[in-house]
Amino acid sequence: MAETLLKVNNLQTYFSKNNKKIKAVDGVDFEVDKGKILCIVGESGSGKSITSLSIMGLVQNIKGSSVEGTILFEGQDLLNLTDLQLSDLRGNEIGMIFQEPMTALNPIFSIGHQIIEVLRRHKKIPKKEARLIAIKQLKEVGIPRAEEIMNEYPHQISGGMRQRVMIAMMMACEPKLLIADEPTTALDVTIQAQVLELMRRLKDEKGTAIILITHDLGVVAEMADTIAVMYAGQIVESGPADEVFENPLHPYTQALKAAIPIMDEQQERLIDIPGTVPNAANFPAGCRFADRCSRTSTNCYRIMPKYREINSGHFIRCDLV
Amino acid sequence: MSNTEVFPIIFENQTSDYLLVANNIKKYFPAKGHLLKNKSGSVKAVDDVSFAIKKGETFGLVGESGCGKSTLGRVIMKLYQPTSGSIMFEGQDITEMNGNPLRKLRKDFQMVFQDPYSSLNPRLKINAILEEALIVNKQGSRKEIKERVASLLEVVGLGPEAGVKYPHEFSGGQRQRIAIARALALQPKLIVLDEAVSALDVSIQAQIINLLTDLKKEFGLSYLFISHDLAVVKHVSDRLGVMYLGRMVEIGTKESIYHTPYHPYTQSLLSAAPIAKRGVKRERIILEGDVPSPLNPPSGCPFHTRCPKAFHLCSQQRPDFKEIESDHFVACHL
Repeated sequence: MAETLLKVNNLQTYFSKNNKKIKAVDGVDFEVDKGKILCIVGESGSGKSITSLSIMGLVQNIKGSSVEGTILFEGQDLLNLTDLQLSDLRGNEIGMIFQEPMTALNPIFSIGHQIIEVLRRHKKIPKKEARLIAIKQLKEVGIPRAEEIMNEYPHQISGGMRQRVMIAMMMACEPKLLIADEPTTALDVTIQAQVLELMRRLKDEKGTAIILITHDLGVVAEMADTIAVMYAGQIVESGPADEVFENPLHPYTQALKAAIPIMDEQQERLIDIPGTVPNAANFPAGCRFADRCSRTSTNCYRIMPKYREINSGHFIRCDLV
Repeated sequence: MSNTEVFPIIFENQTSDYLLVANNIKKYFPAKGHLLKNKSGSVKAVDDVSFAIKKGETFGLVGESGCGKSTLGRVIMKLYQPTSGSIMFEGQDITEMNGNPLRKLRKDFQMVFQDPYSSLNPRLKINAILEEALIVNKQGSRKEIKERVASLLEVVGLGPEAGVKYPHEFSGGQRQRIAIARALALQPKLIVLDEAVSALDVSIQAQIINLLTDLKKEFGLSYLFISHDLAVVKHVSDRLGVMYLGRMVEIGTKESIYHTPYHPYTQSLLSAAPIAKRGVKRERIILEGDVPSPLNPPSGCPFHTRCPKAFHLCSQQRPDFKEIESDHFVACHL
């Protein structure tokens, strides 16, 4: 029986811009089970990054922003926790890695210093022990000169290495849930393969649950157990990976699949999606994909389609299916 | 020891087929003092590369960061002067060309860059950006230039109303269209696209790729398409070259490279790229370690430190770039 670690219900995130309230995340539902990978797919403006930042409690500090809904982690609602409680949770229970490892690592402290700092913040252990664990974790992520790297600074190592240092830092605390926001987008393909392999091992060997946010359908095909497709602040389709990949029902998901070149196939022409993603300040009343969709009826523009279950576990937000 | 001159041999027999022939291109940059660990003191960004682009073809150039593909693109555009080697454009040696003759020739090859946000002058309206090159090159009267700009905007899928706006009013994809319009303004024969779609969302990327395909047909263009994205490169290219640490390791047609890659690096690159299909069982060749620094490249074949098939000779001697099948070249001792 699958063990649900995280259950997000009706998540809504608001920002204040020029005295206007913008709803960047509009009613998002999903769950993540232990030892499973949920891929959240979307393009710019989909709200996928804000979703993960909202879960981590990193959005609430921005002036004028607010988060509503429920975020149940092991049954506990994260939105009811204090900053201190959340801070304890982060690292120990929920780890996060970002796209730009250069900005996530502090440039003026050595790698070793930063890993030890994180370890000691989340586990009460003496410096010597923390140092040994840090070196062990660096080796675990495939960094060859682990002892030397401990004394080096972020700018002295490559992007791929920095990303692996981030993962080592995160793994050192052995979190139950990892949120990875575009972790390999800035990396070369051969390094990406190494990092993805590392994540697979985490899930298989340690039972870590992973939320992998990406726009790369190739990564999704490889890694996902379940998929949620986001567009303009909402989930438009979600379900088991095989289902959503082999049998996408939402016009946006179908269009996304048709727009990418697939390496082992010969495609005459990519099917592009005309137009652009709507601005969060100007969401239309009806379906947000209507003006780019190839098959709409008049109601699509007027009525917001409900998010409903079509097959077991397969949800979509479309009135035409 | 170094590459023999491969292309002139073919070139002499089929002169009219090739638009651009680059032979033994080297581009070394002096290294900053405090980073130096070796004596020679230069970054060998491009270290003896030869290739050729046929008329009307798209030549894809792939490789990971630091392989030198962007530098190579700029060298053949004469944005950098090659440290050594030769560049022939339509049979004419342009290696040493400078000043006015080069300016005249620049009409024939143009470039589109990766970052749609920094490649357009933010202080000029779109009309002014597109007119600039036409005015400088005296391409007709003011009226004719204005008409040409309007038709360029249309050709890239933007309306005339785009002309009176500023770059910041457009999205990344739209700016790339403007950059393409600008590249087309002087009716070039070759366009170098340096990661031109990499910064775009998937759906916009598809729009721009389709646009480039249409323009190529309509205007008889040739492209040098530089990218790290293997799936995109496969889709757009006729032939392609794979680079590693400043060297060209393999060149071939799209079919031959993707079906029968010979070089171990090409094989691992192809096996590492995720495929957007479920349940694809693959033999993954996962490389150990990182790409070495171009300041201090390994001896012999630069790939030997990570190559799963390396043997004794690989660290001693740099492999020659040889034609092993018709139109399929590899630099490897195996």
